[in-house]
Amino acid sequence: MTEPILRVENLTKTYGDLEVLKGVSFDVYPGEKKVFIGPSGTGKSTLLRCINLLTEPDGGSVYLNGEEVTNSGRKINDYRQKMGMVFQNFNLFDHLTAVRNVELALLKVKKMGKKEAREKALFELERVGMLDWADHYPAQLSGGQAQRVSIARALAMDPEVMLFDEPTSALDPELKREVMEVMRKLAAQGMTCLVVTHEMKFATSFASEILLMEKGEIIERGKPEDIPTSPSFERMRAFMGAYTEE
Amino acid sequence: MDIVQYLIDQIPFWTDILLPALVDGLWVTLQLVALTAPFGFLLGFLIAVCRVYGPKPVRALAKLYVIFFRGCPLLVLLFLLYFGLPSIGIVLGSYLSALFGFILCNSAYNSEYLRGGLQSIKGGQMLAARSLGMTKIQAIIHVVIPQAFRRALPGVSNEFIYLIKYSSLAYVVTVIEMTGAAKIIATKYFAYFEAFAAVGIFYLILVSFATIALNKLEKKLAIPGVSGAKQE
Repeated sequence: MTEPILRVENLTKTYGDLEVLKGVSFDVYPGEKKVFIGPSGTGKSTLLRCINLLTEPDGGSVYLNGEEVTNSGRKINDYRQKMGMVFQNFNLFDHLTAVRNVELALLKVKKMGKKEAREKALFELERVGMLDWADHYPAQLSGGQAQRVSIARALAMDPEVMLFDEPTSALDPELKREVMEVMRKLAAQGMTCLVVTHEMKFATSFASEILLMEKGEIIERGKPEDIPTSPSFERMRAFMGAYTEE
Repeated sequence: MDIVQYLIDQIPFWTDILLPALVDGLWVTLQLVALTAPFGFLLGFLIAVCRVYGPKPVRALAKLYVIFFRGCPLLVLLFLLYFGLPSIGIVLGSYLSALFGFILCNSAYNSEYLRGGLQSIKGGQMLAARSLGMTKIQAIIHVVIPQAFRRALPGVSNEFIYLIKYSSLAYVVTVIEMTGAAKIIATKYFAYFEAFAAVGIFYLILVSFATIALNKLEKKLAIPGVSGAKQE
């Protein structure tokens, strides 16, 4: 069996009295698409942020290709590049056009030359279908377009894993679809993805494994095709049912 | 006809005495403004960064700076620098007293505009920058500051206009800038109305030029969704 690309071991995180993560563990293998679902406030987003240490976990470890990411000191900036992150609210840099959003970290972090960075940025924008919008500012883009640019920005760093934190939650249905399409395309190209989402249909069709989180723990996990029938997915069925009825 | 004759008689006073004196003063005013503005901006910027990103004791010091130099009337500050400091052995002289007073006051106000700008940038952009592998300092320099500066620009511009006008206070510590020059002529020739009307017009012209230039700068730097242009 191949080595896991990402290993999460017993991650814990507490905010005051609230235990947001109670020892979460899982392995991610190359090309896997893990989708985290569950009620709001159960630690899904915190989990993603603890993986690239945007939020410092209280305990536990994260390994990327066998190297420890937690306690990595300054090296964390190298690991973060390899774990591209996409946020619910896009978080584009408002003062930069789409193409400059994508190339900023190439210039400042990867220290690429101007020409090389521009070519790479345009290539990534094309990958998400945003080449025609390269010179537009974030305020001039729709939510779906902005999210695609933010995906291109993360992809430009040549990540080995992509972390999607509710990438479509801020979008209306029409715009959700264009972002999901981009994600499907990436997955088809073999990108390893961790996704937090409330889109149940998308989750079942996209995931290689679905993990249901509740109160800071993974309480059920399995292949999407087993969910409708397997007796061990009762809670998952109830949760997904509640969502799809809406 | 008398009034016409009177005005004609006045012409030599204007051309030979009042205007040359005011132009001499104008150079001093321009010098004070030109030296204060960049230092006042940079110092204000430093204070703002200390207040937003500094460790706790640095934040407290920066806050104290603002409380003192924004709270102290400029006139009192100038008296303190010019008349007060010599009694503890520090003699700055009139020109430096005025310059330091202006820079201290200008930077305190600017720091508040810039602090507002820095704090108005949503934390999400910082997170995104960090998630791409930027250090905190890189994120502040390349993501936060360019936006914060644009947001603060209207306030900083306003402060620049104020500076042009309060530079007239240099006169009280015996720096003969425009207002001082006007006062001397007014007293010497008993021409208060002419001298102060003329100097008022000078300031108005100066401020008008500054306003046009600053508006142009704001427009040039405007970015949709960040500053200047209408939000879409």
